Amino acid sequence: MFAVFANPARFMALSRWLAPLLGGVAAVLIPVGLWLAFSVPDDYQQGASVRIMFIHVPAAILAEMAYFCLAGASFFGLVFRHSLADAAARAVAPLGAGFTALALATGSLWGKPTWGTWWQWDARMTSVLILLLLYLGYMALQAAHDDEAKATRNSSILAMVGIVNLPIIKFSVYWWNSLHQGSSIFAKNSEGLAAVYRPALYVMILAYLALFGALWLVRIRAEVWRRRAGAAALAAAAG
Amino acid sequence: MLHLEAGKYAPYLWPAYGLTVLVLGWLVADSLARARRWRRAAEGAKRETPK
Repeated sequence: MFAVFANPARFMALSRWLAPLLGGVAAVLIPVGLWLAFSVPDDYQQGASVRIMFIHVPAAILAEMAYFCLAGASFFGLVFRHSLADAAARAVAPLGAGFTALALATGSLWGKPTWGTWWQWDARMTSVLILLLLYLGYMALQAAHDDEAKATRNSSILAMVGIVNLPIIKFSVYWWNSLHQGSSIFAKNSEGLAAVYRPALYVMILAYLALFGALWLVRIRAEVWRRRAGAAALAAAAG
Repeated sequence: MLHLEAGKYAPYLWPAYGLTVLVLGWLVADSLARARRWRRAAEGAKRETPK
């Protein structure tokens, strides 16, 4: 699988049709998910604010998944010196930052009517804020050096070290007292998400995944073109 | 039937959805613009490269 994507020419051929396909899937699933989200009844405790869940939970899932992709691509780039892995890492960071910012903002807007506060320095919220800072730090390091190889090495190390934050985010609600609830999507007991909300949430998660996949591929393609432009400009200057 | 009436939760619900539209819209627009810009730059640089 990795070998298929590791070849830039093969990746460009594959992503040429896969990116629009995933974008099309997202374009279909997002309206369906929104229609389902606004068709379900209000929650008996949270009222209409429960509908923030359909955009908050997918954003939070993507925020963590994108960081896993960032750290994984950084590892392959640093260890195997593969330029496509570096391009993949560089391409995913702004997407991860966007989804993390959305998770924080929509969580805050959901928290105010539910918990009575916009923000609490508890473990879950603080660790997600650290995730956003890791993304911003990665992008700042990429932009800080004129030497791209040095920038990539330093930012890759940061991305790999930062992966320790992912289990902290996941288990923070169990390790410490937190306003934030534990996992409810896959819970089978009575604390699990009510069945009536599940279809809308699952469709929105799939829609976000498809959108993320499409945008990541588009941004990796842009990164490959950027490097080709740089190489061609160098060749023109030398010739 | 769609439940678009959010009542007292409207000041929280609609900004959350509005912000989501803005951020996702920006990510889509920025990704497409970036791809278009660098594809043109790569094609232009390739044309100028001596054979």
